[in-house]
Amino acid sequence: MRIWTLHLFTLAVLAVLLATLPPYHATNLARILVLAVFAIGYNLAFGYTGLLSLGHALFFAAGVYGAALPITYLGLPQLPALVAGLLAGGLVAGVTGLLALRTAGVSFMIVTLMFAQAGYLTLLYFGPVTGGDEGLVLPDAAALLPGLSADVARATIAYALFSAALLSSLALVQSRLGRTLVAIRENEDRSRMLGYNTFAVKLTALVLSGLFSGAAGAAYALLFGYAGASFATIQYSILPMLWVLMGGAGTVLGPLVGTAAMFYLVDIAGSYTTATLLFVGVALVLLILFAPKGILGTIRERWLTWLP
Amino acid sequence: MTNLITPTRRTLLKGMGAGLLASAALPGHVWGQAAPIKLGFQLHRTGIGAAYGRWYERTAQAALKVVNDAGGINGRPVEIVFEDDATDPKRGAEVVEKLASQAGCDLIFGPLFSHVVIGSAPRAGELKIPYLVCSEGYHVASGMLNRWTMQPGITDVRAQVSSMAPWVTQNLGKKVTMVYPDYAFGYDHRDFFTEAVKAQGGEVIAQIAIPPTETTFTRYLPQIPTETEVLYHVMVGPAVLTFVKELGDFYGSGARPQIFGFIDSLEAVDTASPGLEFLEGTHFWEAHNRVKQADASEAETFYRAAVGVDDNGASVSDAADVATYSHMFSVWETLSVIKKGMEAAGYQGPADRQKFVEAVEAMTTFDAGQDHPQGAKVFNGKTHQVFGHQFISKVEGGKLMRVHQTAIEDGQYADAVDYSTQSF
Repeated sequence: MRIWTLHLFTLAVLAVLLATLPPYHATNLARILVLAVFAIGYNLAFGYTGLLSLGHALFFAAGVYGAALPITYLGLPQLPALVAGLLAGGLVAGVTGLLALRTAGVSFMIVTLMFAQAGYLTLLYFGPVTGGDEGLVLPDAAALLPGLSADVARATIAYALFSAALLSSLALVQSRLGRTLVAIRENEDRSRMLGYNTFAVKLTALVLSGLFSGAAGAAYALLFGYAGASFATIQYSILPMLWVLMGGAGTVLGPLVGTAAMFYLVDIAGSYTTATLLFVGVALVLLILFAPKGILGTIRERWLTWLP
Repeated sequence: MTNLITPTRRTLLKGMGAGLLASAALPGHVWGQAAPIKLGFQLHRTGIGAAYGRWYERTAQAALKVVNDAGGINGRPVEIVFEDDATDPKRGAEVVEKLASQAGCDLIFGPLFSHVVIGSAPRAGELKIPYLVCSEGYHVASGMLNRWTMQPGITDVRAQVSSMAPWVTQNLGKKVTMVYPDYAFGYDHRDFFTEAVKAQGGEVIAQIAIPPTETTFTRYLPQIPTETEVLYHVMVGPAVLTFVKELGDFYGSGARPQIFGFIDSLEAVDTASPGLEFLEGTHFWEAHNRVKQADASEAETFYRAAVGVDDNGASVSDAADVATYSHMFSVWETLSVIKKGMEAAGYQGPADRQKFVEAVEAMTTFDAGQDHPQGAKVFNGKTHQVFGHQFISKVEGGKLMRVHQTAIEDGQYADAVDYSTQSF
C-alpha cells in the first residue's frame, strides 16, 4: 500500500512541478521525464535482470526513427507514430536479444555494443532517407494534441508517458515475472535448475526494455522536433547506464532520480566550466566510493528497506 | 557594536550618506539607465567543433567590442551570453531553451555544425526567437527549417561548391574524381559539384565516399581512375593529415592530377605543417583568405587586427594557433546584420522579435567594409540565405595565395522556399 502511495505521490508532485515551474525548468522537466522512461527501460534489463547492455542507443534510435520515418515519408499522424516508435524499439530489441543473449557478461556487452554501432552506421549509410548525421526536422509538437499550445502538449505527453512507464514498471517488478528477473540476476544457474527457461525470460526482459526505450526515443523525437543519427551513438548507450547507476539500479524510482540529478549536474556545471564531464565523472567516483548502490539503492539499504 | 536591527539615527544617516556617495561614484552614466540588449551565442566550446568554437568566441568578443565602442544598438549597450552546446544536437536544443527562457536573450546566433542547427532550429521556431546561424549548410535555403532561422553571415555550401566549377573545369581539367566523407556534408559536395561540373561541360568520372570511421585511405586511392585530371577532396578532422600523406606516398614523385580541396579540411591547421608538403602547388577553396593578400582592404586589416590574427592567419599571441579564418568572419558579419536589423526594426524588446525578422528579410545587399570585411554580399530575404564572393588559393611555399575570386552570381541558384510567406 505505502509503495503505491509513494509512487502516486511522486507523480502528483511531478504534475504540480510541471504546472508551476518557470518555463525553462518546466521544459527541462519534460525532457527529464522522457529520458527517465529510457532509463526505466534500461533499468529493467540492467538493474533487475543483470543484463549489462552497451547497445541501448540502438533501441532508443529505433524509437526515434520508428516514429520519424513514417511521419516524414508516409504522413502518419503523430500519436500513431509514437506507437510505431515503441513497437520498433521492442522489435529491434527482440532481434538483437535472439542473437546477443547467446552470450553473457562481458561478451554480451561487446555484442550489444557492436549491434548499436552497426545500427549507427546503417543510419549514416541510408543518409538520403534518414538525414544521416544532419537528421530530419519533424512537425511542431503542438500538432500532437490539437488545441493545446506546444508547451502544454509537450508537458502532457511527457507526463502521461512517464506515468504509464513508472506504474507499469512498478507493477512489473512486483509481479511473478519481476521476481523471476531478480532471481536470474542473483543466480541464473539456480533459476534454471528451478525450472525457469532463463533464455526466454531474459529475452522478454530485453524486449520490454526495448519497448520502453523505443517509446522514449519516439517521444523525444516528436516532442522536440528532431531525429538524427547522433541519437544512435555510443553516448546514448552509456547515458542510461549512468542515470540508472546514479539513481540506484534495481529501484523503481531510481531512473527518475538519476536522470534528473545528472541533467542538472551537467546544466549547472556548464555555467561554470567546459569540463562538465569532469563533474559527472567526479560525481560517479564519489558515488561508487560512498554509495555504490546509487542514491535510492543506498536509501533502501539504510532506511527504507521496503522500497521496490 | 551598533545594533543593525534597530539602528540609531546616526547610523542611518551615515548609511544614507555612504549610499549617495557610492551611487554618484559608480560608472553608470555611459549608458544612462538603458538595459543591455542580450544576445545569446550557441557556442561549440567542446566536442568536435571546439577548434571552430574557440575562434568563433574570439570573433564574437571582438565584434561586440566594436559595436559597443560605437554606441551599442539603438543607444543600448550589447552583451553576449555564451553557452556551450558540446557540438551536439540534443544539447543544442537545450541551449536554445536556456538562452531564450532562462538568460532572457533577445535572439540567438552563432552555431556552425549542421546537425546542431537542424536539431535546434525547431525549438527556436517554437519559442519564436530569431536564430541566426553561421553554418554554411544548405538546410536554411532548402526550406527545411523555419521563418525564425536565417543565415545572413555566410554563403551556403551549395553556392560555394557550384561557384568553384567554372574555374576548376577551365583551369585544372574537365575529368574530375571526388573524394568526400560518406555523410551529409560530403553529399552536398558530391551532388552540387557534380551538377555544376556537368553544366560546365566537364564530368565527374568517379565518386569515392570515405566512411567516417576510416583512419587510413590506402585502399581507396587505387580507385582513383588514371585518366583523372582533377582530384577534388574534402575531408574533415584529423584524418586529413593522414589522407594527404598517403596521397603523397601513392603518387610518389611521379605525375599526379591537379588537386583541388576545400579548406574545411585544414581550418585551424597550419598548411606548412610537416607531412603536408604534398599540398604544395595544389588549390583550395577559401571563403576568406587566411594569409593576408597584397591587395588587402583597410576593412580587412582592421578586422584582422580586431580578432587578433596575424598576416599568416594564426593568433597574434601564438603562431601555432591557426584561425578558422574561412568561417569565423560569419560571426562578425552576422552581428553587423543584427545591429542593422534591430535598428531598422526599432527593436525595444522581445515583443519586437517579429519586426526584427521582417527587417532582416527586407535587406538585399551588404556593402564591403568594416561591417562586412569578407566582401560585398547579396541577401535573399525569401530563402534567408546570403551570397558572397568565394576565393581560390594556391599553396605556394606553404602559404595560401589567392589566384581567383568568383562573382556573387556564380553561386546563386533558384529559390527552393519563400520563408517570408510563412506565418510566424
